[in-house]
Amino acid sequence: MLKDLFQKKRKYATVPSERTVRTGGAEEGERPKREIPEGLMNKCSKCGTIQFTKELEKSLMVCSSCGHHLRLNARDRIALTVDEGRFFEYDANMISEDPLEFPGYPKKLEQQKTNSGLSEAVVTGEGTIGGYPVVLAVMSFDFFSGSMGSVVGEKVTRAIETAMQKKYPLIIFSTSGGARMQEGIISLMQMAKTSAALAKFHEQGGLYISVFTDPTFGGVSASFAMLGDFILAEPGASAGFAGRIVIEQTIRQKLPDNFQTAEFNMKHGQLDMVVHRKDMRSTLTKLLDFHTVKGDVSHGE
Amino acid sequence: MANEMPFETALVEMRKKIDELKQFGSEKGIDFTDEIARLEARYKQLEEEVYTNISPSQKMHLARHQGRPTSLDFIQAIFTDFMELHGDRLFGDDMAIVGGLAKLNGLPVTVIGHQRGKDMKDNIARFFGSPHPEGFRKALRLMQQADKFNRPIITFIDTKGAYPGNTAEERGQSEAIARNLRDMMLLRVPIICVVIGEGGSGGALALGVGNRVIMLENAIYSAISPNGAASILWKDASKADQAAEALKITASDLLRMEIIEEIVPEPRGGAHKDLTSQAEWIKMAIEKQLSELREMSTEQLLEDRYNKFRKIGKFTFDEV
Repeated sequence: MLKDLFQKKRKYATVPSERTVRTGGAEEGERPKREIPEGLMNKCSKCGTIQFTKELEKSLMVCSSCGHHLRLNARDRIALTVDEGRFFEYDANMISEDPLEFPGYPKKLEQQKTNSGLSEAVVTGEGTIGGYPVVLAVMSFDFFSGSMGSVVGEKVTRAIETAMQKKYPLIIFSTSGGARMQEGIISLMQMAKTSAALAKFHEQGGLYISVFTDPTFGGVSASFAMLGDFILAEPGASAGFAGRIVIEQTIRQKLPDNFQTAEFNMKHGQLDMVVHRKDMRSTLTKLLDFHTVKGDVSHGE
Repeated sequence: MANEMPFETALVEMRKKIDELKQFGSEKGIDFTDEIARLEARYKQLEEEVYTNISPSQKMHLARHQGRPTSLDFIQAIFTDFMELHGDRLFGDDMAIVGGLAKLNGLPVTVIGHQRGKDMKDNIARFFGSPHPEGFRKALRLMQQADKFNRPIITFIDTKGAYPGNTAEERGQSEAIARNLRDMMLLRVPIICVVIGEGGSGGALALGVGNRVIMLENAIYSAISPNGAASILWKDASKADQAAEALKITASDLLRMEIIEEIVPEPRGGAHKDLTSQAEWIKMAIEKQLSELREMSTEQLLEDRYNKFRKIGKFTFDEV
């Protein structure tokens, strides 16, 4: 038959992949020796430099080669920020529901918990920084891209309310991809809810320091993160309302590499300071100190 | 015919057939009265079927209909003495948001709304109704002026979202939206927000922190555009119809979730079919809500607005 002439014949030899070999009966001990034990080394996500995790941790997860500030999980951030890592957590077991019955949402939430070791994208509570008591909310990008749904909105709002009751300063470290799509309009309304609580706190004269960490976009950027009395950012942290890809599609132009970085945002008047991670605690302490009534001008020398 | 939606095709075809038959009958002098009556009855039935169960994705298309009345159309039809005011006093005048003074049955009010263009040229000037920071700042300036002179505020929401451009970012898009959310909460006058078309994300909410939020029957309000959601979820923006169902963006969904307080019905086939009636019904809803709000003291107004947003959210506690 003519058809046979054009029949496609596979003439390749099939070599089983490494994985097939391994699962196909090989002993665990026979793994290739060049493999590096899990977690010993870490690769900088910006310049690609490979360094010992221990060394990286010593430098607060800042790349020794290019100075890139690697993303931090909320727990690690809290440990680096509060005195002796002592922290009293609020609402630790508050978890999301599935208000829209959105396809695949409950399963995705479970995955996020397993992957990040967190129950939601923000951890709130209180501790002291340089001896000053503060209410602290720290977001984590490794849980659902730090997206804001009901729980993030509620925990942040309650943190603000507690700061109001206790008359403590409020510090929020933000990182977020924006609204939690799976909670639809309810997630959008968390922007109004958190901003409303900040309106009351603002009226009361409460001190609020907002810190942008990489990356902070959409609904979080356009609500509580941008409402600080003081707005700080870590070097290189990208932040904005719309993301680079969407903007490039809209204006049909390539944007510069530094677009929406902390340095870019500072140049455009959106930030007070860009603060290196190693200086964050001392900077926060200084700001807190400025707002504690001490001394008396009339008795000055 | 450009005004018809795809789901109305069957109706349009049938109407055409009936008209043809009528014309044919009168030209040839044949009496088709019975046939025409039968067809008219079927048309009525079909109309009932088409319009009583408009799906979320069909509503999305209705809300975005090019012929749908805009904020300015409703402002002109509902109020008298409209006087447009311009500029944010900081950078410029964003035509994607209009605002000014007007009278509602003689009562001075401040009206503000997103403004889509009527044609391509107008749309380009108005950035298709997607505001830059200066638009949100103009809106807040007018609202704070309303607060000073004790005028109720009526906003009309109709935008795909804040403009996603580099200059908008440079001038502080996030800051402008965030500031509106916070400072609208502090205004000591009644605020009524009407979602007339598409309520898209933060750009919509920046005019949406009201004591009462009401929505037209076929309007939509969402954290993310169904197109955007589809491209994130299924890597396919053409599945917007599917996303529109999943995101629960219709007025009835939002009323059930207690995000809005009232639904204003639309004329059969949508707001664009009858601007006069639509404007009348919106006006009735505004009058009703405003008369309730005007009974409240300043403290009650502020408390009412705060509580409306404070209670939104669904969460539970994991057993430890």
